[in-house]
Amino acid sequence: MSTSTSGTVEKFSYDNNIVRLFANATILWGAVGMLVGLLVALQMIFPVLNMNLEYTSFGRIRPLHTNAVIFAFVGNGIFAGVYYSLQRLLKTRMWSDLLSRINFWGWQLIIVSAAITLPLGYTTSKEYAELEWPIDIAIALIWVVFGWNLFATILKRRERHLYVAIWFYIATFVTVAVLHIVNSFELPVSMFKSYSWYAGVQDALVQWWYGHNAVAFFLTTPYLGLMYYFIPKAANRPVFSYRLSIIHFWALIFLYIWAGPHHLLYTALPDWAQSLGVVFSVMLIAPSWGGMINGLLTLRGAWDKVRDSVVLKFMVVAVTAYGMSTFEGPMLSLKSVNAIAHFTDWIIAHVHVGALGWNGFLTFGMLYYLFPKLYRTQIFSTKLANFHFWIGTLGILFYAIPLYWAGFTQSQMWNDFDSNGFLEYPNFLYTVTNILPMYAYRAIGGSLYYIGVIVMVYNLIMTARVGSFQKEEAAEAPALAKANPGLAPGEHWHRWIERRPVQMLVWALVMILIGGIIEMVPTFLVKSNVPTIATVKPYTPLELQGRDIYIKEGCNACHTQMVRPFRSETERYGEYSKAGEFVYDHPFLWGSKRTGPDLAREGSSKLRKPNSWHFEHMYDPRSVSDGSIMPAYPWLLEKELDTSTTAAKINAMITLGVPYEEGYAAIANRDLVKQANEIADEMRAQLEEEGFEVSADREIIALIAYLQRLGTDIEKTNETAEKQ
Amino acid sequence: MGVLIILILVSLAVALAFLFAFIWSVKSGQYEDDYTPSVRMLFDDEQDKSTNTDNQS
Ligand code: HEC
Repeated sequence: MSTSTSGTVEKFSYDNNIVRLFANATILWGAVGMLVGLLVALQMIFPVLNMNLEYTSFGRIRPLHTNAVIFAFVGNGIFAGVYYSLQRLLKTRMWSDLLSRINFWGWQLIIVSAAITLPLGYTTSKEYAELEWPIDIAIALIWVVFGWNLFATILKRRERHLYVAIWFYIATFVTVAVLHIVNSFELPVSMFKSYSWYAGVQDALVQWWYGHNAVAFFLTTPYLGLMYYFIPKAANRPVFSYRLSIIHFWALIFLYIWAGPHHLLYTALPDWAQSLGVVFSVMLIAPSWGGMINGLLTLRGAWDKVRDSVVLKFMVVAVTAYGMSTFEGPMLSLKSVNAIAHFTDWIIAHVHVGALGWNGFLTFGMLYYLFPKLYRTQIFSTKLANFHFWIGTLGILFYAIPLYWAGFTQSQMWNDFDSNGFLEYPNFLYTVTNILPMYAYRAIGGSLYYIGVIVMVYNLIMTARVGSFQKEEAAEAPALAKANPGLAPGEHWHRWIERRPVQMLVWALVMILIGGIIEMVPTFLVKSNVPTIATVKPYTPLELQGRDIYIKEGCNACHTQMVRPFRSETERYGEYSKAGEFVYDHPFLWGSKRTGPDLAREGSSKLRKPNSWHFEHMYDPRSVSDGSIMPAYPWLLEKELDTSTTAAKINAMITLGVPYEEGYAAIANRDLVKQANEIADEMRAQLEEEGFEVSADREIIALIAYLQRLGTDIEKTNETAEKQ
Repeated sequence: MGVLIILILVSLAVALAFLFAFIWSVKSGQYEDDYTPSVRMLFDDEQDKSTNTDNQS
């Protein structure tokens, strides 16, 4: 092979400070995000921990937890690892210290604004994309800064070959940018409120295309890059098969992007899209396991090193967890398995094997590797690090196993019929209280894991204290000769691409776009995918406001609105959900977890409850549903509904194609007040007898209006059909 | 909007061609000598500076 270097050796230094900043942020936000996770886990056992406060209630805090651990903990972990390894792999300093700093401080600012806005109830409701539009824009900008710095650094590199890890970073940057932008198309209504551009089924498809790929390209590809860097480094031996790593990369980015619909099996999504998602999800097992095997076999014949190195211990468990979740993922995509697991705690267990095992442990391993390097010392206490390893592993087991059990059990209970053909457990709540002990074990598992994290924080702080931080790490490498544009004889074309990061970027972009577009464009184009139902009408202004309260309180964290076409579900909830029912839903609110019963048909003749029931239930769920774990929402009875937004909201909906009459925005509040009065008057007498005060201008009235509307449109179809 | 779709279809065709080229290359053993980078990455930091030159493979 031709040499690609010229003779002149250049001196430069690596920027360790940026790595330290990101590493510290990883630790800080990890500790915060996981603590919030522990809080939500406990809220599911002891609803009092919602503290009867809007800012701490489950629906608002759960997204805080997910956003914190994904974007703050893992996000900073990605940056720390990328900024460390990229410089070394390319034998160059980051292109711009300024961009590095903007990336860092911008990202922290985004995290802080998320930590403020989510508890305040500013949310789009779309999972892992809850942040409202101004923050979305900030994320896009900072992400571009990161990419800019990344590519500029690649361009000025002193090492011609792009090590496989760098490809994973590139794919991460490109895909996350595309995903974020496409999924964040939303129409601002006010400073902190927007409506998704897409509606119903299409919104769901875009969201889970995003949601799945957030897992793929935020939690997986960057970490695979880190794996391919840190495992060989920590073991001081080359990756088992470099060739396999290349195949792993291409196969993975190409397959991953198509798998999103497996989140929507048995929903109102068109069948062909569901099947596509299943096929690609199953295929994903091949590259995923290739990667896992590649990581583990890197240690072949060197397992004694694992015994001695806590870094490797963490990484081995991390890669094993990756293997487990990427085996389970395809299995969960099979329709028959999905029918059991979807909407249950099984999914939460699945996610946490990946999150605690793969992301968490790889991050910990990386931190235990980085700190001694950055501070030019040994880890403060290997004993404590080993303790962290063991208690963390135990924590994962205690977390996951009970939840698998809970998910499976609850699913069986939902589906059980007695010998007369009735639901064995018609009372949904019974299936919840039954698994509460499992929730308790899960919280114990989480606590164990968290103890490990605290021990790590102490250990790393002490390591930093003992050592002395090396801000600039001197290095030298020969400058690159001008790239040879052709191929040397015997070289193959892949090498050629490796030397061209920009082309690489374009190709990677093209490849990921195919997947996304093939799945989404037809749904937009082919009208027949969304059969319209004549009786489905836009929400009344009051219902629309109520829906926004539902979004604000994060009710969709516990309630689905998607009745699947199973007998057990149609018995329990009524007609299965049709795509045409959601055409005015900006955003869709199908949910992903059924901690409470499905609400898609809450207002239907089968499930309908008196207005006063909802009133009391929202005020104190346990007063009407003994043993419920739903949070209480007393503030809804006190807070006045903000009707100043009604006109803007109606206008926004009109822009999005919802058929309100021209000029309706101006008079919408008249209808709103009328409907609110009707609801208040209807239940006033009874509630006042019980000591409540009922006024029509409170948020609770709007929420009740919305709940009573759910599932009623389609009944009108049936009635008219019967009359004929 | 129409333009967008045309653009999409074009990129689609190109990308598919690329994909097939890729599969073909894998099958025909294009990557067999992809080894050196995996070793080289081990030698890039905290080494004695004088040994830090095994850049040419
Ligand atoms: C922590 C999870 C959780 C959250 C958050 C939550 N709920 Fe619930 N919800 C439940 C559970 C569990 C039940 C079943 C027991 C009961 O009736 O309280 C339930 C029951 C209900 C029911 C009765 C359904 C039926 O047909 O029996 C309604 C209506 C309801 N919730 C509405 C809401 C609304 C509106 C919100 C948001 C303001 C909300 N829930 C937030 C867990 C939750």
